[in-house]
Amino acid sequence: MPKATAQITSTETVATSPEAVASRLAASRYLADESLATAIFLAIRLGKPLLLEGAPGVGKTEAAKAIAELLGRELVRLQCYEGIDAAHALYEWNYQRQLLAIRHAGEHEIDIYDDRFLIARPLLQVLKAPEKRVLLVDEIDRSDHEFEALLLEFLSDFQISIPERGTISARTQPVVILTSNRTRELAEALRRRCVYHWITYPDAEREAEIIMLRAGDIAQATARAVASAVRDIRARPLAKPPGIAEAVEWANAATILEKGGSPWPQAFRRAIGVLIKDEEDLSCIAPELGRIVEEALA
Amino acid sequence: MSPAALPRAAAPLLGFGRLLRRYGFPIAPEQVSSFMQAVTLLGPRSMADIHEAALATLAPTPDRRDEFEAHFQSYFYGNAAALAEGDADEETRIKDDSGASDEETEVARREEGGELSSASEQLGSRDFRRNGDGLDAFRRKLAAALPARRSFRTMRTRSRGSLDLRRSLREIVSADGDIPSPLLRRRQTVPRKLLMLIDVSGSMKLYTADYLKLAHAVLQGADRAEVFTFGTRLTRITSGLRIRDRGQALARAAAQVDDWDGGTRMGLTLLAFLSVPRFSAFARGAAVVILSDALERGDHAELEMAMRRLSARAFRLSLATPLAGDPRFRPATAALRAILPLLDDLVDGSSLSGLADFILSLARTAPVAEAIWKRVS
Repeated sequence: MPKATAQITSTETVATSPEAVASRLAASRYLADESLATAIFLAIRLGKPLLLEGAPGVGKTEAAKAIAELLGRELVRLQCYEGIDAAHALYEWNYQRQLLAIRHAGEHEIDIYDDRFLIARPLLQVLKAPEKRVLLVDEIDRSDHEFEALLLEFLSDFQISIPERGTISARTQPVVILTSNRTRELAEALRRRCVYHWITYPDAEREAEIIMLRAGDIAQATARAVASAVRDIRARPLAKPPGIAEAVEWANAATILEKGGSPWPQAFRRAIGVLIKDEEDLSCIAPELGRIVEEALA
Repeated sequence: MSPAALPRAAAPLLGFGRLLRRYGFPIAPEQVSSFMQAVTLLGPRSMADIHEAALATLAPTPDRRDEFEAHFQSYFYGNAAALAEGDADEETRIKDDSGASDEETEVARREEGGELSSASEQLGSRDFRRNGDGLDAFRRKLAAALPARRSFRTMRTRSRGSLDLRRSLREIVSADGDIPSPLLRRRQTVPRKLLMLIDVSGSMKLYTADYLKLAHAVLQGADRAEVFTFGTRLTRITSGLRIRDRGQALARAAAQVDDWDGGTRMGLTLLAFLSVPRFSAFARGAAVVILSDALERGDHAELEMAMRRLSARAFRLSLATPLAGDPRFRPATAALRAILPLLDDLVDGSSLSGLADFILSLARTAPVAEAIWKRVS
């Protein structure tokens, strides 16, 4: 298969080593630590799905977007939810068009299981053009066990059977990324088919870099202060610890307030609403917020 | 392939997989082979590469990550000291039985006659093998009586539904373009999850035996139910109670729990329950029944916080307390007064039949606990 060899060389040139992957990810504005870069490198080169687990807001979905950009492919996202089924994940027939076509055809013969009546859902879309697309199965822990089993079948053979059409299989192994918030334990069978990585919150230094990279126009000192304050806040027993995106928002919001005339510690305090979005957490953190911000600014 | 046929450098990698398996990590053969592939792909230029490859391919769960690290250290660096286990005692201990396999259940079955051999184990636990009561009827009615939610899946129906285009089209095609009566489908309803949290502290001593029997009937009758006990610790006893034979199930559950008849730290244990994502996810949208007298000594701030979080997740949060069996009972303690606004039900938990009837009525709407108890007092 000439296509297959072309595919292998292209991923090989992109992913030559974990360091090359990390630097290319950085070019797509995603800073991965060494261990994540290794996992991504291994997943691409071993041709296995990549399973990313971690708390909400550590950048799992962002990582998938960056990987798609790194490979120069389009990202196809399948958001999971309880009750998701084959018609939403694999394919569906366009019944209205089929009916119209039958009417229209009259006495002529017509194949109502033609390609134009087939609505490709994410899994089928990726299967049809694996060299152009990357599949992201987002928050798989939200789906139910039946769907996990269906996905397992897809991930092991990369093929889909459509009763009316026969089996469609991928010409080359597609790149697949799965994410989970770990609200429930995934099936062992799924875990062992994948290359696994547990994403943690970045350390203060890396988070400051991420904030600098992602936020609009902010000073380096602000980014550092935000990173260290957020780290402090995450160590507390909150119902919803702030994620990286929230930290970036906080840095942005505080900078805007500061330009509007609030002095520094106050600007951070007034912008807290974009960082912590839970009434209970707010009242828990409020008495200490002043001290946390001051320590971070010091 | 025999180990001898492999290159010599592969032997340690193979051995590490075996070692982990011996310590109960679920490692599949394909994982070991991708571990070797990964090591080859990475160079390996240093031990760090082997470490990264092991993490990515052998995939230890975050809970067992520390244990995994210790094994890695001791196996590849010969650093056995890393294996010494230190238990942090300040945290509420959580005992999860989900790792227990079916084989162990079988062992329990065989132990039935060996009274002598298991006598020492029986000392610390209790024996519940007593004869039945009207729980069979409860078990049979339960599945149909649980509150239901609408599922995303659909089922065929003859009336009250929307058009099922896929099946209708097939009918139309087979009828050669004629349109017979359209076929309908409707969204299915599925029973909600049921979560029982049983207080096993000293003050509940008289009732825990009955509660466990009820929990056993619940697990036999309902599809998706979980049972935990709490006292000074939190213990998941679902798998023990899944055994069909009641005597065996209760004996097994009794042996799983370590904190019989001790003190209570209700707030802390409930918070510990909520801090495990897998458990707290189960509480989401579930009917939660807590069987406890809610006698929290001292500060009740933690209890209140735990109950607030639980009530935000649960479909219905009920507290059954044996104290309410007394007609003079009023929710007067500080802890009860604080959590009363959060409860959907505060009911009598002193009789088994009363409790069974209450669980069967969970699907029916009732005024919230606060309104009821305001009327009484």
